[in-house]
Amino acid sequence: MVDLLSPTFLTAVLAAGIVAGIPLLFASLGETLAEQAGVLNVGLEGMMISGAFVAFVTALAVGDYWIGLLAGGIAGAVVSLVMVVFCIRLGLDQIVVGIALVLTAEGATSVLHDIWYSRSYPRLPNVEPFRIPLLSEIPVLGGSLFSQPLVVYVALAGVAFAAWAIRRTRWGLELRAAGERPDSLDAAGVSVVRTRTVAELMCGFLAGVGGGYLALVGAGTFVPFVTHGAGFIAIVIAMLARGRPWWCVLGGLLFGISLSITTALQVAGIAIPVDFVEMLPFISVLVVLVLFVRESRLPSALGLPYLRGSR
Amino acid sequence: MSEAAGRTAVNPRRADGLIGRIGLALGPILLAFLTTAVLLAILGRDPVAFYRDILLAGVLRPSGLQDSITRMAPVLLVGAGLIVSFRASLWNLGADGQYLLAVAFVAGVGSRVIGDLPPVLGWVVLAVAAMLIAGAWTFVPALLKARYGLNEIVTTLMMSFIGIAIANVLIKGPLKGDEMVPQTFVYPEGTMLWDLPGTTIHVGVVAALVVVVLVHLVLTRTSLGTRLDVLGANPRAAVHMGIDVPRLIVVAFFLSGALIGLAAASDIMGIFGYVRADWDPGYGLKVVPLVFLAGLNVIAFIPIAAFFGVLSIGGDYATRKADLPSDFILVFIGLLFLFMIVTQYVSARRARGEPVLPAWFRRTLPARDATEGDGG
Repeated sequence: MVDLLSPTFLTAVLAAGIVAGIPLLFASLGETLAEQAGVLNVGLEGMMISGAFVAFVTALAVGDYWIGLLAGGIAGAVVSLVMVVFCIRLGLDQIVVGIALVLTAEGATSVLHDIWYSRSYPRLPNVEPFRIPLLSEIPVLGGSLFSQPLVVYVALAGVAFAAWAIRRTRWGLELRAAGERPDSLDAAGVSVVRTRTVAELMCGFLAGVGGGYLALVGAGTFVPFVTHGAGFIAIVIAMLARGRPWWCVLGGLLFGISLSITTALQVAGIAIPVDFVEMLPFISVLVVLVLFVRESRLPSALGLPYLRGSR
Repeated sequence: MSEAAGRTAVNPRRADGLIGRIGLALGPILLAFLTTAVLLAILGRDPVAFYRDILLAGVLRPSGLQDSITRMAPVLLVGAGLIVSFRASLWNLGADGQYLLAVAFVAGVGSRVIGDLPPVLGWVVLAVAAMLIAGAWTFVPALLKARYGLNEIVTTLMMSFIGIAIANVLIKGPLKGDEMVPQTFVYPEGTMLWDLPGTTIHVGVVAALVVVVLVHLVLTRTSLGTRLDVLGANPRAAVHMGIDVPRLIVVAFFLSGALIGLAAASDIMGIFGYVRADWDPGYGLKVVPLVFLAGLNVIAFIPIAAFFGVLSIGGDYATRKADLPSDFILVFIGLLFLFMIVTQYVSARRARGEPVLPAWFRRTLPARDATEGDGG
C-alpha cells in the first residue's frame, strides 16, 4: 500500500494529470476561438482523431515528434476545411456536418490503422521531458509541472498569447463580433466569412495538435477511437471558459487529474474498475457544468450561419 | 445560453412530392456508394465484389435476409426515438448510453427472473422496465435543457459515456453470471421471444413495426406531435402558444429514451439472450444520418431501416471477406451524411429558383457570354 500523500505519489498524479490534460487544453483552446467567432464545432472529436492518426504516422516515419505534431495540426485544419466550406460558406447546419465529420474521421482512421498497423502495432519512444533548471527541483511541483515535454510550455505560452489576442487586439474584437453580432461586423466592413474561416482553421489546427499530443506523448501509439470523447469534453470546457483561454487550462487540468487519480489509486493497489476510470472525467465535467450552469454562456450568434441580407 | 443549437437541421419537408423525396434519399445513397467504391479501389479491394458480397449476405441468402429483417427492429426503434426528439429540435445524441443501460438490465436481471414470470407478461414487464431505465437516463440533460437552456448535445453525450461505463461495471459486477468471462446469465431455454413460424425472425420485429406506426400517428395526428413540431420550428412561438416548454422538453426526451430502451429489450429478448461486457453496437450516431435521410418521418424511415439492416448484416460479411475492419461502414455512413446535406442544400436552392452554385463559387468560374440565353 502506497502512502497516498507522499510527494512521489502526488508528483505522479500531477504529472500524469498534465499529460492527460494537455490534449484537452489544445482542443478547448481551438474550440474557444471558433465559438467566439460563432462556429460550434461538434466535429472537434473528428479533428482530434485525424490529428492523432496523422501525427502518429508522421512521427513514426520521420522520427521527430515536433514534425508529427505539426502534421497532426495540419490534418486537423484540413478536416476543419469541410466545416469552412459547408457551414461557414454555404451556411449549412453546423451540428449535422459536425456529426458527419466525427463518423467519417473515426471510421477512416480505424480502417487505415487496421490496414497499416494491425499486424505490427508499432510504438513510439517516450518523449524526453524538459526539466526547467532550478524550478524542477521543487518538491511535487518540480517533478510534475516543471518536468514536462517542451510542447507543454509552448501550449501555455499559446494560451497566454490567445488570452491577450482575444481581449486586446483588433483581431480579437472582430472575432468576438463575428460570434455576437455578425451583422455589425459586416456593416463595419469586415468579412464575417473570412473572420470565421480563420478562426475555424485555427481551431482545426489546435484540435489536430491536441490529438497528436494524445497519440505521441500520451499513448505513444495510435489505436482506433483513441480520443474516446475527449473532443466532446473539450467543447464543454470551452463552453465553461466563455472565451477566457486560461479557463481552458483549468478545465484541461481538472479532466487530466480526475483521470490520473483513479489510475494512480489503481497502481497504489486500490481496486477501481477500469470502467470507473473511464467514467470519472465525464462525471467531473458534468458536475462542474451543473454547478456553473448559470455561468456558462455562449455567443449569441453561435451555430447560426451568417448569410448576408437574410434579415 | 441561447437556443443556438436548436433549429431543425436540414429542412426535411421541403422537397415536393413523393418522387422528389425519394430522389432526395436515393441521390446521396448512390453518391456514397460511388465514393466508397473509389475508396475501396484505392485500398486495393474490388468494389464490385464488395457490393456483391453485401447483397449476397444481406439479401440473397435466406438466413441473411432474415438477419437483415431482424436487425431492422433496433434500428427502427432507435430511429423512432431520435425522430421524436429531433422533431422538437432536441439533440438526443446519447442513445448509446441509454441503450446499453437498458441492455444491462434486460440481460442481467431479466435472465434471472424471466423463468419465474408468467410467459408473455414477463416480456412486457421487462420491456417496460427497459423503457423506464433508458427514459430516465435522459432526465439530467432534459432538466438542464429545460431549466437552464443548457446545450443538450454535450450533456447527452457526457451521459452516454457515463451510461456505457456504468453498464459495463454492472455486467462485470452485480449482474455477472457464473461464467469466467464477464457476461450476464443467459436466458433459459424457451424464455426468449418467439420466432415467427418457419423463420428466425422474432416477434419483437413485428412489435417494433407496430410501435413505429403508433409513434407516427402520435407525431402526426395528436396535439403532442404538433407541440413537438412547434417547439422544433420556433421555441419562442411555442411559449407564445401557451405550451409548457420545459415540461415538453422533458417529455420529448423521455419518450426518445424509452423507445431506445425498447430497442434494447427487443435485441436481448429476441436475439442475444445475454450480453457480454464492452459490447456496444453504437447505434447512437450511426442512425442519426438515417433519420434525416427519412426527413424525420417515421414511416419513410422504415425502408431506410431495412436498407441499414442489409448494409450492416451484408457489410459485416463483406468487410470480413475484404479483410477490412467493420468500422469501414462508418466511413460509408459519414459520407452518406455529407452527401445528404449537400443534396438537400442543392434541392432547396433549386426550389427557390436560385442558382445551384453559391455566388462566391460562381465568381471563381470563367465568366460566361453575356448574350447567352438570348435565343439568337
